[in-house]
Amino acid sequence: MSQQVLEKPHSFYEKFDRKGGPQKTTHYCPGCGHGNVHKLIAETIDEMGLADRTVFISPVGCSVFAYYYFDVGNIQAAHGRAPAVGTGVKRTRHNSIVISYQGDGDLASIGTAEIIHAANRGEQMTVFFINNGIYGMTGGQMAATSLLGQKTATTPYGRTVENEGYPIHMAEVIATLEAPVFVARTHLADLKGIMNTRKCVRKAVQAQVEGKGFTFVEILSPCPTGWKMDTHTSCEYIVDKMLPVFPDKVFKDLIAERESYVRPDVDPTDEEVLDALDLGQLGEPFPKDQNFLDNFPTMNFKFAGFGGQGVLTAGAILAAVGMQEHLQVSWIPSYGPEMRGGTANASVVLSNKPVGSPMVVKPDVLAVMNDPSMDAFEETIAPGGLMIVNSTIITRKAKRTDIETLYIPLTQIADDMGLKAAANMVLLGAYLEYSKLLPVDHLKQIVPRGIKRKQLGDQNIEAVEAGAKWVRENVGARKAEAAVTA
Amino acid sequence: MELIKANEAVVKAAILAGCTQYYGYPITPASEVAMAAAKYLPKVGGTFLQAESEVAAINMVYGAAGAGARVMTASSGPGISLKQEGISYIAAAELPCVIIDVMRAGPGLGNIWPEQGDYMQVVHGGGHGNYKSLVFLPNCAQEMADLTILAFDLADKYRIPAYILTDAYIGQMMEPVQFPKQRAHPPRKPWALYADHDSKDHLVSSIHMSTEDLESHNVHLQNKYAELEANEVRYQDVEVDDAELVMIGYGFISRLLLSVVQDLRREGHKIGMLRPITAFPFPSVHIEELADKGKTFLMVELSNGQMLRDVQLAVGRKTPVHFYNRMGGMVPSVEELKTVALRYLKK
Repeated sequence: MSQQVLEKPHSFYEKFDRKGGPQKTTHYCPGCGHGNVHKLIAETIDEMGLADRTVFISPVGCSVFAYYYFDVGNIQAAHGRAPAVGTGVKRTRHNSIVISYQGDGDLASIGTAEIIHAANRGEQMTVFFINNGIYGMTGGQMAATSLLGQKTATTPYGRTVENEGYPIHMAEVIATLEAPVFVARTHLADLKGIMNTRKCVRKAVQAQVEGKGFTFVEILSPCPTGWKMDTHTSCEYIVDKMLPVFPDKVFKDLIAERESYVRPDVDPTDEEVLDALDLGQLGEPFPKDQNFLDNFPTMNFKFAGFGGQGVLTAGAILAAVGMQEHLQVSWIPSYGPEMRGGTANASVVLSNKPVGSPMVVKPDVLAVMNDPSMDAFEETIAPGGLMIVNSTIITRKAKRTDIETLYIPLTQIADDMGLKAAANMVLLGAYLEYSKLLPVDHLKQIVPRGIKRKQLGDQNIEAVEAGAKWVRENVGARKAEAAVTA
Repeated sequence: MELIKANEAVVKAAILAGCTQYYGYPITPASEVAMAAAKYLPKVGGTFLQAESEVAAINMVYGAAGAGARVMTASSGPGISLKQEGISYIAAAELPCVIIDVMRAGPGLGNIWPEQGDYMQVVHGGGHGNYKSLVFLPNCAQEMADLTILAFDLADKYRIPAYILTDAYIGQMMEPVQFPKQRAHPPRKPWALYADHDSKDHLVSSIHMSTEDLESHNVHLQNKYAELEANEVRYQDVEVDDAELVMIGYGFISRLLLSVVQDLRREGHKIGMLRPITAFPFPSVHIEELADKGKTFLMVELSNGQMLRDVQLAVGRKTPVHFYNRMGGMVPSVEELKTVALRYLKK
């Protein structure tokens, strides 16, 4: 003959020390449904041997102190945020069994966004939603699930459609989403209801154990204190008043057909991590030339043109070459009011000392790829500075006479080579060939490493060379003091 | 050495610091942090999750931090305002995490240009209760990386939320960054939830029902903040020793101030700058010492005197504290700041 021992589930603490002193009673009112549901959950955790793996989320509401009772990992959440907290726990601990336990204020009002989206993502957690249609903890105010006509502390004349709208049906709402695998509503009004709740609690937790997905059980639960009824009447109220509005049924059960998925724990090696971060793409820096560094002036550049002409990339490549020459460098894209007017631009500073402002207001070198850029920035060039004009597109001449101007058909040179969008590389090749600021050869080494589309590396090197060649053939290197007008 | 955008450097540095979790909501100008996290975290077995809201994101951070992960999020002013509830809970439950705030201009929706108007809500609370967060103020890409790593270490050490408080300019800049050659492997946290037998008795909570308990918890937090003030103040002095005028500024503004110092020193002016690298703890003692030496100060910020209050508290009535600011996304030029500084320098 088998013998059954009736005892408190082991997943409850023997004594509730967190309640303050070695107490053995809960803080719940007589007749409250929370005790029943707690017990059903604790029994399930016991039976499935899940205590070590379980993280129980205490919400805001009467069950805020659930961590007094459950001998599992416990975390307490801000009002309505339990599904978000559970998401963070589960995504961190894939092996955990996350139980989010929420009341109607928590889940159906202040936390609707969190519950809907956790459900919609199919977070692998189990949510128990205690629906008693009233705010117990704060003194009997209306819940989103309060019944029409129900008198509460904040609906003293009864809930009306006109003022508060209809009660919200959370199980039905959740069941419309694709991801949840099990959505049910049960009640605690009688033994049959409790046994059905027991079954649904087990089913929901078991589904999580199997990695089936998001499970949701709404439980209609008595609140004799909030409802101002005795226990017996409270149970009748559930049957007579609540069930007609909130039918107890399984709205969705895809457990059998849904594939199991448990997120794998991936623990890459340090090498794999460093590799994944795309570090070291520019390669080793060039040999350090201290004399070069000591004599390097601070140079301010601005590259300006239409979006798509590659001015931001040109600036970044120049900065990358500078960095590999052991210079201090900065690059910043156009930002703020100067961005208006159809031009994009990048400020680049190369220096042998720490770069102060990375924003170039008065460039030593300005490269303009289109008319609006020349109109906007010609006036800003430092006296004695250099302006490089893309003469394929810009037809006018410089107004300034106190600067050098180089007119180079950048777009034409690129087009002639059949290279679309390589005028920026022609520009860099031409500039370094002309200025000898940094070796063109170093530029050619950096270009294929510095551009995003690596397969275009060779073409871009050709574009650099074409720019350098054009300067050799048409201008020659920069003369010490003469202004050049090509 | 990498040439990398500061907003992306933050993410790579975080991963090298052992961060495995990112929860966030897109907002300009912080979205690049999220996009870099979305690109790199899945490649290293971590989690990137775009949350349904800023509120959900910070509570996911709370959950992941409670579960022992190194976790981060990023946002900007309007989003940081929304996160404040969760940050109060994180501070109360003493959970470590890193929050990147790439500041934009406010109040309200404001605009997306740089400002420093989040200083008050980040440094002096923002959420409810007597808490503080550790706040770092990087001014270049290298510091965005270095301070992110330090933020993770100190957040764990002190069990405190740590901010990287930066702005749209710093975030957008590409500069050289040297990353560590190895990834950190932070040890198991003796209080966190690992969903295993040894951590079963752990509780992550901000509730202290008795007034006595809650007062002692508050006292405990204040003691921790005092410890931070004693040990973790960081700042940078530039040409301060013989300076008559010390300019104070952080983040992008400090880059402009550096140019002002370089230019005006060349012209023979005794000018220097102090750059707070931590806003909490604030370098109050150092500023007081400079005031004792008779330095005059010029606070420059992209907000309405938010850091100025902290400077004034440190200086008291000892020496003058002048103030210059721009707001709404307007940024002063170096020339503009030189003109302002010259007003307060002896002719």
